[in-house]
Amino acid sequence: MSSVVPRLVEQFELGLAAPICLTWELTYACNLACVHCLSSSGRRDPRELTTAECRDVIDTLQRMQVFYVNIGGGEPTVRPDFWELVDYATAHQVGVKFSTNGVKIDAEVARRLAASDYVDVQISLDGATPEVNDAVRGAGSYATAVRAMGHLRAAGFEGFKVSVVMTRHNIGQLDELKALADSYGAQLRLTRLRPSGRGADTWPELHPTAAQQRQLYDWLRAHGEQVLTGDSFFHLAPLGGPLPGLNLCGAGRVVCLIDPVGDVYACPFAIHEEFLAGSVRQPGGFETVWRDSALFVGLRRPTSGGACRSCGFFDSCRGGCMAAKFFTGLPLDGPDPECVRGLGERALQDADSAAAPRPALDHSHRSAPVPVTIGRPPARACDENPLAGLAAGARS
Amino acid sequence: MSTDPPGNGPALRFDLDRPWCVHDRVAVRPEPFGALLYHFGTRRLSFLKNATVLAVVRSLAEYPTARSACVAAGVTPAALPAYERALATLAESQMITERAAS
Repeated sequence: MSSVVPRLVEQFELGLAAPICLTWELTYACNLACVHCLSSSGRRDPRELTTAECRDVIDTLQRMQVFYVNIGGGEPTVRPDFWELVDYATAHQVGVKFSTNGVKIDAEVARRLAASDYVDVQISLDGATPEVNDAVRGAGSYATAVRAMGHLRAAGFEGFKVSVVMTRHNIGQLDELKALADSYGAQLRLTRLRPSGRGADTWPELHPTAAQQRQLYDWLRAHGEQVLTGDSFFHLAPLGGPLPGLNLCGAGRVVCLIDPVGDVYACPFAIHEEFLAGSVRQPGGFETVWRDSALFVGLRRPTSGGACRSCGFFDSCRGGCMAAKFFTGLPLDGPDPECVRGLGERALQDADSAAAPRPALDHSHRSAPVPVTIGRPPARACDENPLAGLAAGARS
Repeated sequence: MSTDPPGNGPALRFDLDRPWCVHDRVAVRPEPFGALLYHFGTRRLSFLKNATVLAVVRSLAEYPTARSACVAAGVTPAALPAYERALATLAESQMITERAAS
């Protein structure tokens, strides 16, 4: 190989023919209301893609030779056409990895999944104990998850994933989480909490401390490739060298999101108009958005590194996570809020957290019915007629 | 994922003078820098770092030996050891496999 090949990281930053990690959120509906939900899910959006539109997306992914798609939501299995779409994808050379809280994984479903080589399952769990997990994911969610895990183990599904979002409250349970996954024949996956979706509200209290970050980093180094990370801890690379996997922000270059209404965002942690590249419903569909959208083309231009360029660690951390910076109100060409040198923390003190960007959409469950207000009290407390006491033509 | 620089790499159990082919569970996708390979069985991803090694890998099934596939793709004798190491890495991760001699 005589020619000088640019470092692979730099090549990846210039973009790929098709995404490697394509996330497709199938619905905003969810039976849970996790406090840190990246997609602020709970209620279905009335404009969600139809089954036929979903099949068209799968046809496009096949044409683009997307190897596999990470299906999530909300809770994807609550869509009535979920299994039909999974079968359609695998029949068209697109592997499926779906993320679930386990609510619909019964014994029969588990057997079916175990029999397919092209479907992988990821159970979401944010603590090794019900106390820690349910504080974030809701009462009963731990039980739902381990019930599903039991069915998968009984069905002989080896190597399904248990995926944990690392917080201040579960970093002390790393060994227990590993043991738990091992006991089910599952592979542990640990990912970074981003201040995205509902995560923006709880991030200040929930994100790991600097000391915990180091603890997590050391643990990940000790466990090598046994534990997956979704390549989400590259901001920790300056602590002692890169972790296995791709160490760069893949938004618009290696990853992107198709949301339940067909909108294409640069990253599942960046659901905001600023990172909206287009829609699968536009002429040319997803392929055109991936290849030619102004947002993605812009993200693929070589970056200068901005304020981080002079830092000796920039080569390893690449400036950190774009979504983490954006939703904490930090400039994108400066340090990550969890920069291991503490430069992000310093920047946060100057940033106005009240002015941090919020997305326009929120599909969260409403905790109580919205009361109807007429605008003025009735003339008499027992009046049923809202117009009682009004002269004809009078304005209220 | 394999990003070992040339000179390091697995112990060579790779035989250039056997017939090879891409594993039937592997998808090969050309990219601007070379190619991405994905193994649907192991769920692992690999890279091919230039167009020549991509040409070698894609043509393996058509040649009686991996060596002849390399020669046909324009690999010089001086460059051959580096390609042998690259192919050995792919064999170790089951991206390519020996085929029955035809």
